Amino acid sequence: MQNSNDIIFCKGGGCTAKLGPGVLAGVLAQLPRATDPRLLIGFDSSDDAAVYQLTDDLAIVTTLDFFPPMVDDPYLFGQIAAANALSDVYAMGGDVITALNIVCFPENWDMNILGQILLGGNEKVLESGGILAGGHSITDTDVKYGLSVTGTINPRRIFANNGCRAGDTLILTKPLGVGIVCTANRVGKASRDAMDQAVGSMTTLNKYASEIMRKFRVHACTDVTGFGFLGHLNEMLGHGFTAVIDTLEVPFIRESAKYANEFLLTAAAQRNRNHVEPFVEFQDVPFSMQEILYDAQTSGGLLISIDAADADAAFTEIEALGLPCGIVGTVVEKKDKKIIVR
Amino acid sequence: MAEKLDCMGKVCPVPVVETRKILAGMPEGEVVEVSVDNDIAVQNLTKMAVQKHLAVSSVKLTDTHYVVSITSAGEKSADQSEEILPVQLIPGGGQSNEVVVLASDKMGEGDEKLGRTLMKGYIYALTELSLPPKTVLMYNNGAKLGIEGSDSLADLKLLESQGVEIMTCGTCLNFYGITEKLGVGSITNMYAISEKLSAATKVIKP
Repeated sequence: MQNSNDIIFCKGGGCTAKLGPGVLAGVLAQLPRATDPRLLIGFDSSDDAAVYQLTDDLAIVTTLDFFPPMVDDPYLFGQIAAANALSDVYAMGGDVITALNIVCFPENWDMNILGQILLGGNEKVLESGGILAGGHSITDTDVKYGLSVTGTINPRRIFANNGCRAGDTLILTKPLGVGIVCTANRVGKASRDAMDQAVGSMTTLNKYASEIMRKFRVHACTDVTGFGFLGHLNEMLGHGFTAVIDTLEVPFIRESAKYANEFLLTAAAQRNRNHVEPFVEFQDVPFSMQEILYDAQTSGGLLISIDAADADAAFTEIEALGLPCGIVGTVVEKKDKKIIVR
Repeated sequence: MAEKLDCMGKVCPVPVVETRKILAGMPEGEVVEVSVDNDIAVQNLTKMAVQKHLAVSSVKLTDTHYVVSITSAGEKSADQSEEILPVQLIPGGGQSNEVVVLASDKMGEGDEKLGRTLMKGYIYALTELSLPPKTVLMYNNGAKLGIEGSDSLADLKLLESQGVEIMTCGTCLNFYGITEKLGVGSITNMYAISEKLSAATKVIKP
């Protein structure tokens, strides 16, 4: 599908378009909060999705995500946006039941472009085992697409994003660097191979990693998206723990290091750096790897804090899913710095 | 005479990309003044300049207009390769940039017990050299040499007291679950190891 010359489909989107974490926290803190004991997870813990208990063994997971295109192909954009939105349910350990389309689209554009976006999105909803049940569309100057997703979960088996314990092993299920690669692509500097790796990773559902993780003693899980690896790790650690990250084990798209050294960097990554840098100690870690760790991910992998005794068995299964992944570090008792990267 | 570049309304990384294009064709000492409309773009331009060791300053004119001034270093601005560390030549009798790599807790192939004995002897012998190496790097099974209970720990500590830099691979310590037992030197990673090896005048692997 080719866009006509006056249409700029991709202006730099995905999770790089997210508001910065610092800005957001300030606004959310102003909101008055109602309480309900059945709201098991709300935005107090800046978690991936909300969980509301219905019965002793049933809760619903609700989440939504939408953003502007980060690739030029509308069909792939639809797939990526849907995989990203569905991921929040998987990060909690839930199963998808229904999804609703969220669409912003310029009314004077070719509607076949929108058709391709929705086709890609629907494909991922079907793959998730859920059903697309409707949606809402408005006219806008720029394209944005995503899903509102509802899932189910057993309230006793929720993977919060901040439950990690000292001694845990940290597993990351997808490669980092997709934000940098998409940014390089936008200025015509990404290789086809790097872009293929990024798209392959972004269109992969976290469903499969989530299903594996449920078989093991997982203490916390989140999906790595707009706040980057270090931003989401920072949230996962809460106030009680320190993580020691071994960059040699961190999976990333190899070319993203080269692009980082060419400064093909987003505003989102710099906002992430501003927010998290005070908590991070880099020990002889090169600039490119630092940028990869701050890079905003779209449809990124699951970051799992798992009982060390289960880590090898879980990792063997996750590795068999085929994406670059790694046992990236350990959780220890709190030290001066919350995150040590070496 | 400063060259002006208007990047108002342009989204990162475009200001950085356009600035680097101008710097690449600019004689050393000349300045490019880049106008951008947000503070994050200022930070990304500054980050690039600092990494490239270029003089940089910025002023905020209004809430939506900032000017970043970067001084070109001529050809070096365009050079995207990493900095080459200066090779330390052997000054008469001084310490050379020698790196000893201990990749195993055994020396040579053959009987394991013999291999361990030889390694212990080698490390001891290092402490007796009149000109000790600058650095000892330990990785894989070699990481086990510097931990508590190791026969070579005392010798390695002695080397350290002689000014030898002792570095152990953190990935290896972690893999073998012995990080907490490391008794000498510092924990390092592959970037530092590769840098040490590349900058070495001589690498010795017993």
